[in-house]
Amino acid sequence: MSAPTGIDERTVEINGQACRVWEKGSGPRVGYLSPAPGVPRWQPFLERLSERRRVVVPSIPGLFGATGHRQLDDTADWIAMALDLVEASGLRGQELIGGSIGGMLAAEVAAFSEVSKLVLVAPYGLYDPEEPVSDPFASPPQQQAQLYSENPAAFLEAFGPPPDEDAAQEFMLLAYRASETAARLVWPFGDRGLRKRLHRITCPTLLLWGSRDRVIPASYAKRFADGITGPTRIRSLETAGHLAAIDAPEAAAAAVLEFLDA
Amino acid sequence: MKLLWFHLMPYTELPDDFTEKHESVWVDISAELFDPARAHEMYNDFLDELEVADACGFDGICVNEHHSNGYGMMPSPNLMAAALARRTRDAAIVVMGNSLALYNPPTRVAEEFAMLDCISGGRLVAGFPVGTPMDTCYAYGQNPSQLRERYYEAHDLVMKCWTSSETFSFQGRFNQQRYVNPWPRPIQKPHPPVWIPGGGSVETWRWCAEMDYVYAYLSYFGYQAGQATMNGFWNAMKELGKDRNPYRAGFLQFVGVAETEQEAMELYREPAEYFFNRCLHVSPRFVMPPGYMSEASMRARVTSQLAQAAARPQGEIGAARPDFEEMVAKGYVVIGSPDQVAEKLREVAVSLNVGQLMLLLQYGNMRKDLVNYNTELFAKQVRPQIEGLFDSDWENHWWPKPLSDPERARPRELGI
Repeated sequence: MSAPTGIDERTVEINGQACRVWEKGSGPRVGYLSPAPGVPRWQPFLERLSERRRVVVPSIPGLFGATGHRQLDDTADWIAMALDLVEASGLRGQELIGGSIGGMLAAEVAAFSEVSKLVLVAPYGLYDPEEPVSDPFASPPQQQAQLYSENPAAFLEAFGPPPDEDAAQEFMLLAYRASETAARLVWPFGDRGLRKRLHRITCPTLLLWGSRDRVIPASYAKRFADGITGPTRIRSLETAGHLAAIDAPEAAAAAVLEFLDA
Repeated sequence: MKLLWFHLMPYTELPDDFTEKHESVWVDISAELFDPARAHEMYNDFLDELEVADACGFDGICVNEHHSNGYGMMPSPNLMAAALARRTRDAAIVVMGNSLALYNPPTRVAEEFAMLDCISGGRLVAGFPVGTPMDTCYAYGQNPSQLRERYYEAHDLVMKCWTSSETFSFQGRFNQQRYVNPWPRPIQKPHPPVWIPGGGSVETWRWCAEMDYVYAYLSYFGYQAGQATMNGFWNAMKELGKDRNPYRAGFLQFVGVAETEQEAMELYREPAEYFFNRCLHVSPRFVMPPGYMSEASMRARVTSQLAQAAARPQGEIGAARPDFEEMVAKGYVVIGSPDQVAEKLREVAVSLNVGQLMLLLQYGNMRKDLVNYNTELFAKQVRPQIEGLFDSDWENHWWPKPLSDPERARPRELGI
């Protein structure tokens, strides 16, 4: 897959494996650690951000654009990888956005290194048995789209297979790898002890949540906000599900830019 | 050939409306359906049935491991094997558990299997399944993306336990033990025969060939559906330069024998329908955790027609419910008079080239009197017709080597 028009593509090496980095736009650098399955093609949410920022999208190992997930076993491995990836992408000390599993890793990065401003979009990382996170790995594959997204057309646009049959087959295999990667990181609950490190996050933080999130209840925004030391804001997006940046790209980007520019 | 008697130990009293009222027989099956007093009867019946199989001269008796499962009440097959080690005499004790990645540390498996080998006088076959997704990833919370790596590491640790002559350290990726020195050690040297229950994965076939282990294809869907997988296995053996010794392979087959075919059709309809309907009522939610199937196997599955045929037998857990006539027609269950069953099983063994034939003579809600009838009739009238198959051409290198009779302990009789 070659880079879409207008995107600068390069690779950085993490644990000896190549990770793709896409960049677009000009202005202050903002990083984006994506939910699974990654960013197989450029997204309207990123396009909108790139009008005011230099948007930097490093691929998390195992998601579209990078491999190397099978080397990552314990939590320390994942955190070290995320710190390396952010640093190698030229994002040290910059603004950082992360969604879902990428949000969990972005929170870890902010707990262990300097981030100027942090945006977490429905991040994994906490688990409260009183209001459990659902189990996407115990949902039939045909119901995954409904679980993650409230906007089937936008979901298909972002993650649907390409029309060419061979390309579609390869795409499905990469999507399977991405699901495995997500499972590798968050099985069975997504709780890898982040609760004990949240207090180390001291930068201003926006918690952005689709109010129709079927994976992680929107009430988790408050649990995150309560644990983070830095000033926090909570914004909910009424029409969005778990993947708010896919479901409501304009509203999500507007909320993010309003926070980052404030 | 070897004829083995395999027990799944199903809960025999799932309600008639089970499939309508409940989503899955596995993982989240309702605890309210389990009556411990009835399970007391069931376990004791099941052990009786296995003891009868030994007394009737079956070559081996098999138990296996499942968790949170309404058709497999053996989370610990080793407990069953321990009971059998005392109350059986000659049969090989084939433990088609232990799912290695579930034991922490896996040294526990080396210890318990060594105990079983000692108690039984060297009759143990050590089975090492990866374990199904339902057992390992859902019921036992293992990460599907790490399961196989943990399995292979645990295997290496157990083997080192059995073959190392001194205390050693094990610094693995997932297991660290500063002092490993299991007592006791197995009677069989260098270790009990190892059998690997598996699906149709090319990687597993290669590994069995490399390690010289038996590959046991434990499908519930009989010899017709199993043909493609076993062809794939033997093709892989040929490519790897291994001979076609049928004792390299095990296969599972449901059987119901009676005086006449008509009588067999009447007797075994209910237990077979109970098994294939109620017991295989598994929610599709729990069948395919991402990463359980390796990326390489997934790639083979989507890119190769051959692999697709092997990976998708006619029947799959959670698929449409067959009626009894269909089960018989498709070979899920071999039904008939002793002569008919003998002829069919000879065909099964020859066409699949399987020397270790594992027979399910109890299934579903089949009660002890019928089980014992099936077992005894098979032993008297079917076994003599087929037991000699393969033996003039091949040696079974994968069979236990117990102590000689004079060396064997005599457990005391019950009572004073």
